[in-house]
Amino acid sequence: MKEDYVNIGKRLPRIDGIVKATGEAKYAGDLSLPGMLHGKILRSPYPHARILHINTDKAKRVSGVRAVVSGKETIGFKAGGISATGDEPYLALDKVRFIGDGVAAVAAIDEETAEEALDLIEVEYEELPAVVDPVAAMKEDAPLIHDHSPRNISFKTDLSYGDVDKAFKECDYVREDRFETAPIRHGFIEPHAALASWDHSRRLTFWGSKQSPYFTYRNMAKALNIPLSRIRVVQPYIGGGFGGKNEMFNVDFCAALLSQKTGRPVKMVVSQEEVLFAYRQRHPTIIDLKTGLKKDGTLQALEAHIIADGGAYLSIGALSLYLMCAFFCIPYKLPNMRAKGYRVYTNTQPSCAMRGHGVPQSRFAAEVQLDIAAKEMGLDPIDIRLKNALKPGETTPNGFKITSCGLEESITESKRIMARWIEERPKDGDGKKKSGMGIGCYGYVCGPRMAGHNTAGAVIKVHEDGGVSLFTGSTDAGQGSDTVLSQIAAEVLGVHLEDIRYGMVDSDVTPLDPGTFGSRVTFITGNAVRIAAEDVRNQLLEVAANALEANPKDIVFKDRKVYVGGSLERSMPFSKLVKIAQYSGTGKTIIGRGYWAPEGLEVPNFETGKGNMSAAYSFGAQLAEVEVDTETGLIKVTRMAMVHDCGQPINEMLMEGQLEGSAIGGIGHALTEEIIRKEGQTMNSSFLEYRMPTSLDACKMEIYHTETCDEVGPFGAKEAGEGIQVSVVPAIVNAIYDATGVPFKRIPVTPEVVLSGLKGKS
Amino acid sequence: MKKQIRLKVNGVEYFAWIKPHWTLLDVLRNEIGLMGTKKGCDRGECGACTVIMNGEAILSCLILAIQCQGKEILTIEGLAQDGKLDPLQDAFVKLGAIQCGFCTPGMIMASRALLNKTPHPSEEEIKRGLSGNLCRCTGYTKIIAAVQKASTTEGSR
Repeated sequence: MKEDYVNIGKRLPRIDGIVKATGEAKYAGDLSLPGMLHGKILRSPYPHARILHINTDKAKRVSGVRAVVSGKETIGFKAGGISATGDEPYLALDKVRFIGDGVAAVAAIDEETAEEALDLIEVEYEELPAVVDPVAAMKEDAPLIHDHSPRNISFKTDLSYGDVDKAFKECDYVREDRFETAPIRHGFIEPHAALASWDHSRRLTFWGSKQSPYFTYRNMAKALNIPLSRIRVVQPYIGGGFGGKNEMFNVDFCAALLSQKTGRPVKMVVSQEEVLFAYRQRHPTIIDLKTGLKKDGTLQALEAHIIADGGAYLSIGALSLYLMCAFFCIPYKLPNMRAKGYRVYTNTQPSCAMRGHGVPQSRFAAEVQLDIAAKEMGLDPIDIRLKNALKPGETTPNGFKITSCGLEESITESKRIMARWIEERPKDGDGKKKSGMGIGCYGYVCGPRMAGHNTAGAVIKVHEDGGVSLFTGSTDAGQGSDTVLSQIAAEVLGVHLEDIRYGMVDSDVTPLDPGTFGSRVTFITGNAVRIAAEDVRNQLLEVAANALEANPKDIVFKDRKVYVGGSLERSMPFSKLVKIAQYSGTGKTIIGRGYWAPEGLEVPNFETGKGNMSAAYSFGAQLAEVEVDTETGLIKVTRMAMVHDCGQPINEMLMEGQLEGSAIGGIGHALTEEIIRKEGQTMNSSFLEYRMPTSLDACKMEIYHTETCDEVGPFGAKEAGEGIQVSVVPAIVNAIYDATGVPFKRIPVTPEVVLSGLKGKS
Repeated sequence: MKKQIRLKVNGVEYFAWIKPHWTLLDVLRNEIGLMGTKKGCDRGECGACTVIMNGEAILSCLILAIQCQGKEILTIEGLAQDGKLDPLQDAFVKLGAIQCGFCTPGMIMASRALLNKTPHPSEEEIKRGLSGNLCRCTGYTKIIAAVQKASTTEGSR
């Protein structure tokens, strides 16, 4: 049921807007401490080599250098998405596995001195044969990147539901294609940065650009071999993450280790160039896909074979591969499916989670193949989607339980939008420029249930002036969750958004939290905040009832006041109520506590794909209109529309911002972005050569939401802005197909690709 | 060898001892302590370090501090006057043109220089004026709208 809210659903400016607009917001690289040193990392120049010897004597003798460390000075901890299979030392131990792998680190009085010292570290390498292509890496005689992984397979999945072979035999139409996606980067503008301070009580305080600070909290303790209670992780403002700042990296570790060695605070800020070649990327994939349909367009069977290039280390890759495969089961009914996936080590930059996490690659393949099938069968691409759309109450063959679901409505609305666009469509003019329209759909998680810690917590403290302090363990990397969570607290307590002070993560104070990934913060932490605020309200209810001589049941919290049954005559300011609670009698300390995680979910098995990941799923459709210049191959996305079901939006303006950012990012993935490497060497490690969309690529954007109200989400809210990324690329590629008649099966679709595609057609 | 230069930053005169190869960005951040100007790429590709020098938007990572002798520089910290936000800052906040905020100072300074020269820019002029400033979060839509709004607010003053 929709209700009249004061804060929920409103277009409220974000709570950190002013400090960000004035330049006062401090990011990790802006921080400094007295006596602070500056650190730099020496990186491998080889894609694959054994380290025979490291001599740091000359570097240590440079005036101003305070410490030099290499893998020998570490305990050899190896990080990994699943700690039992950790394979990534923060500084190389015996081998380097990609160009950019961390080998040694220096702390010095300034950055220049540290850089000078890096040049004087002598590393003797024995070059090993490298393998940079995932297909070659899977061959029996390929060089082994990690001894424990035959054929360089870091993880594999094998999902099978229904009777796939029989289903394909019964299909009227079967189609097979190979799709490929290029490696791309997260694209945050703030480079990785860390500041660490070790003191003589053997305690480490760490500030870093981490979107999930508690990952670093745990791994830092393991990597330094010190108790968790000796580590305090404090989160400054984060300059974007998109999945690329979840994990703890060598920059974080080296800052801490060098601080431990020198007894001085150490700051490390990596260059954007280093971010581009030495940190993370989205998994490039090769997807062989087969889809079978009945003549009326009913999806019958799907079979996929995926090779995902994981780069040098596992990272969070097991989850990535599971998601790529399992999400073939959503957003359409698919009774029979089989998906085999291989995540393969190569001597390149490691792959990890990135907005949409694994699903954009497989959804690109599935949605484009669906359009090819529709065209060949003479069916309408929208009708075919509508026919197969999942509905509320259904369960996918792998076990996703669909609860609230506005997919059908989203597709129906898309049909109306597309009809209007067709009417408004410019004539093709001189015939050299062709326009086209395309659609893609998605379903996405609202906080994935995985093994391990999954609960979000919130603590709320009220002040006697009516102010409210809210603490959670969740991080706003830019998406606006600090504001959304504050809106939830304000709604429950009947105060204004500006009354809430949001305390960013400080592991000494804030509740343990898994982190900012899988669109979990609004949904899961939002519920924890709601419960904590209700706890505060309950603690104040009795006091209010006594003071106002009323039944606690009749007390209403609204507009910074408490009322009896909504009557203005019997009310008092919220601040006065808090004061009475704190001062009268023995006094009360009003602190509310809430914690929440979805109940009854089946933790998915990454290898078989079985399980129910999320307490709710978001859905939606993305439309794109493109203009293709058939002479130059240039493509311009002229407008886009998004029709999505995110439940009850908590903040419409921030939600739109998430969708718009995701959509424009998708233009980059579809048309321009690709990390280009030669023999493991990144050739475009600058923003000039790696083309992300600029303001010139911004296009008209229409946003509609399908009204659902999720029963589990806080105030009915679900995920927004990450799921949509999944369908942007196929919508654009399908629009190009509509314009040119050529279905492009590899992204990015650059002008050269367009021209050769058009040539191939004629 | 350090050399002394004189700079006027946000109306205040500074005498800074600098090394000749230091950029204006490094001097603003490390010597003067104005951390609002961001270092995104340090090679003139992302626009996060945009400041206004003698009325022109410049990338402070691409100019040596020593070239700025006697120049007047406006950074993001100098934009709000008497506790009141610049109309651009206000519009960025109110229209949701800010997400992670790392590109924001540069984006606002580039917009400021644009509006100083072209008080009522068309959408196309705004897009061109900001095309050197990268933002991965917003998709630029709300940034463009904020600049449009600020241009109308300023016009009525």
